[in-house]
Amino acid sequence: MKTSKGARAGQYLALLGYLVFLAFPFLWLISTAFKPARELASLHPTWIPKDPTLANFRQAFDEQPLLRAALNSLIAALGAAVVAVVIATPMAYVMARHRTLLAKAGTGWVVVSQAFPFVLVIIPLFLVLKNLRLINSLPGLVMVYVVWALPFALWMLVGYVRAVPTELEEAAAVDGAGRVRTLVSITAPLLAPGIVATALFAFISAWNEFFFALVLLKTPEKQTLPVVLTHFLGAEGVADLGPLAAAAFLATLPSLVIFAIIQKRITGGMLAGAVKS
Amino acid sequence: MRTRLLAVLAVFGLLLAACTGGSGGRSGGVITLHFQSLAWQQESVAANKELVKEWNAAHPDVKVEYVQGSWDSVHDQLLTSFEGGEAPDIIHDASDDLADFAYGGYLADLRELLPERLKSDIPQHSWETATFGGGIYGVPFLQEPRVLIANAKWLRQSGVRIPTPRKPWTWDEFRTIAKQLTGDGKYGVAWPLREPVSATLNLSLSTGGQMFHRGEDGKVTVRFDAADEVVPRTVRDEVNADQSASGATLGMGGSDTLPGFFGGKYAMVPLGFSYRQQIAQQAPKGFDWQVLPAPAGADGLTQGVSPQTLSIAEDSPHKKEAAEFIDFLLQPKNMVRLALGDWMLPTGTEALKDPALHTAKDDWATGTALAAHLRSAPAQSVRGYPEWKDKVATPAFQEYYSGAIDLGELHQRLVRDGNLVLARYQR
Repeated sequence: MKTSKGARAGQYLALLGYLVFLAFPFLWLISTAFKPARELASLHPTWIPKDPTLANFRQAFDEQPLLRAALNSLIAALGAAVVAVVIATPMAYVMARHRTLLAKAGTGWVVVSQAFPFVLVIIPLFLVLKNLRLINSLPGLVMVYVVWALPFALWMLVGYVRAVPTELEEAAAVDGAGRVRTLVSITAPLLAPGIVATALFAFISAWNEFFFALVLLKTPEKQTLPVVLTHFLGAEGVADLGPLAAAAFLATLPSLVIFAIIQKRITGGMLAGAVKS
Repeated sequence: MRTRLLAVLAVFGLLLAACTGGSGGRSGGVITLHFQSLAWQQESVAANKELVKEWNAAHPDVKVEYVQGSWDSVHDQLLTSFEGGEAPDIIHDASDDLADFAYGGYLADLRELLPERLKSDIPQHSWETATFGGGIYGVPFLQEPRVLIANAKWLRQSGVRIPTPRKPWTWDEFRTIAKQLTGDGKYGVAWPLREPVSATLNLSLSTGGQMFHRGEDGKVTVRFDAADEVVPRTVRDEVNADQSASGATLGMGGSDTLPGFFGGKYAMVPLGFSYRQQIAQQAPKGFDWQVLPAPAGADGLTQGVSPQTLSIAEDSPHKKEAAEFIDFLLQPKNMVRLALGDWMLPTGTEALKDPALHTAKDDWATGTALAAHLRSAPAQSVRGYPEWKDKVATPAFQEYYSGAIDLGELHQRLVRDGNLVLARYQR
């Protein structure tokens, strides 16, 4: 089934359109971050700043503890990603390989729990964490992020586990490998892209999360980046646009860098040729 | 099996370690107060932090910790903090956000806590903005009138009469002048009405519009009388009949109109007084702008405001010290510093006399002359107002201003649907 040249051109055109759609806000953010105040309010905005400046970055760093906030975000996001994956991986394996009624009920609950709005759980959660003395602490925030990311992480990983052919595990068993050896030597390496993708999902959702961080962290030295970014906003939606754009640009960089580094691990292909079909 | 047991033990250990009670706020004889500030502009944050520093230097036994909050999310954050018993001792907010917290018992009644000096310094009409059910739940300290920011050169060249606080335009005159200034694809005025309700209600006080009327039984009902119609009708006619106001800005926020204002598309933009800070910062070199009073009606220059407030949490174990800190923060000279930092007007009568607020630079004097005309926004003590605003009034005003519905339909929706909403809160 060969794709015609016209169809291929259409596909590339659609892909280009999609890329432009995705890239536009980010490119505009970069442009804004380097513009002086007078250019921000121009009736005819330009992509390239006429008089580029680093003043917005200087002001952002002067006014808000961005580095401290970035470190807090990094701790919370990495913690959430690691813990969520460590917990979700064995759970997902069991749910994928043993299709019992309990596993089905678990999967159903996972789907339902995704529909819960934040505001529904925030006050009970706040009270529980307060009693555990985990308000205004990054471990408390990590706990919340793990609980929040776990259902979706589980859901993702179940799919990845199911994609690993059972024949490979059976072949390992035939060769004399025990259950644990099979999991460690055969299944885990094949699951690696899925685990990385799931960890990345947990990381990014924790990195970007705002509401829980806002409510659970009180002191400035504990606050994460999304919370600190709101300090550039005034009443009625007024914003200190230049410094906000500069800080937001810096806040997107870690996610981009991490994604760039590990994106190769996410792409499929590891399973290619594993099984004759 | 062992792992499971360890997990159970860990949870059990955590539960054992858990104990109730917030941070005591006192250690080694030193009281610690948390002051959550919503200051966000560079000068304003600096002024607040300096004042906290000065307080701490002078009061070694009562330490104030500055906590940065955000206007964008303050309501949700405070609500959760109150519910969890972890609210800051001193709370910076706005009077239109206080009603539910005051009625909910989260805020301390300040009547017995505040010194006489502060009580008498702030006028009664300002105290009314933070009075709920007979108690005072916040100290109103900064406020801003809505003004017309105008392209001064354009106005001069057109030859129209320039209004002053002593001789403002009437609403009819304003409409006529907006028409005069319109032409060549340019508009006399741009109304940024993404949030149409507070702007309409607050400006309607100048024409005697009240909208909310409290009966003898204490219950509030919505009415939409002739006095309430003047401002909405003016805006709608400017947009649709005269085409002297741009329809494109109806869905914009104030900041969104500035590029068009600087670019010479609009001669005037009705904005809050503090927008001058953005204008001073962003206007092209040589752009000549000036502040004009909003048009006056039957009640002169009166308009509604929701001042910024300082409150004390009911759960705070150190209310007396918190009140002392507020008193320090709002000493006349300090109130002026806060006002200048936020480009707003202080509520205090002593602070309002400060020469720094009567300069021609950035038109401080024009705004200060309007201070005496500012009153409590009509709706802020009405329970159910937020729902009425979001579900009934905002869509109704938006449709009316865009020309989609007429005055009769607007009237019907504001009153009929509005009273159904309010009734639920007043059973």
